[in-house]
Amino acid sequence: MRIPILKLYNCLLVSIQWELDDQTALQFQEDLLHKIHETNANGVVIDLTSIDFIDSFIAKVLGDVINMSKLMGAKVVITGIQPAVAITLIELGISLNDVLTSLDLEKGLEKLKQELGE
Amino acid sequence: MDIQSCVNIQTEWDIVAARQLGRNVAKELGFGVVDQARITTAISELARNIFIYAHKGRVCIEKMNDKGHAGLRIIAIDSGPGINDIRLAMEDGYSTSGGLGAGLPGVKRLMDEFQIVSSPGKGTEITAIKWIR
Repeated sequence: MRIPILKLYNCLLVSIQWELDDQTALQFQEDLLHKIHETNANGVVIDLTSIDFIDSFIAKVLGDVINMSKLMGAKVVITGIQPAVAITLIELGISLNDVLTSLDLEKGLEKLKQELGE
Repeated sequence: MDIQSCVNIQTEWDIVAARQLGRNVAKELGFGVVDQARITTAISELARNIFIYAHKGRVCIEKMNDKGHAGLRIIAIDSGPGINDIRLAMEDGYSTSGGLGAGLPGVKRLMDEFQIVSSPGKGTEITAIKWIR
């Protein structure tokens, strides 16, 4: 199954709604970069509200796609990280430093606007 | 009596199956949302280690009851290459696969009890327990 990527003005919106397996995560990485290329988007919001756990593999794929997007000139904000996910990620030893985050989608879009100087 | 169910780990889909099994058992036992996430994540890391380093093995989930105290035990067994230096493998940031290196020390922090037995060339058995608070 592929994760839908929606275009909203100059941004891309992604809401991950189900548990990510390795293939879906890697496919998403590729799809997002193609979509940035295709649409000229300069901002991306990835919403994780429905995700109830993140392991080191998914964290690595997410961290990688954020850096890859940056290389292509797009800023990424991660939103909706649940308390249980924040706790397990830190205990696991993953801090996702330098990643822009917001509590929810609304605040994420605001942060993106600020970052893009709009 | 302890009840055990196992998932054989051979493909990356089996990692998904193992963590789903673990999450279901954790839910049944009445673990809270945060502990469910800890258990699911720990299983995912252990199953992935088997998939990456040993290529096949199995993950078993056991319901435990110790004098009325309920808990969940994860047992991850493989007959892969084993771990040469367990102390090194338990250091944060150490990885031989270019991953995040969050694996074993991370799992230890997520769970209440953690035990590892490994002999080079023979395989690895990791046991981790989470008790209901």
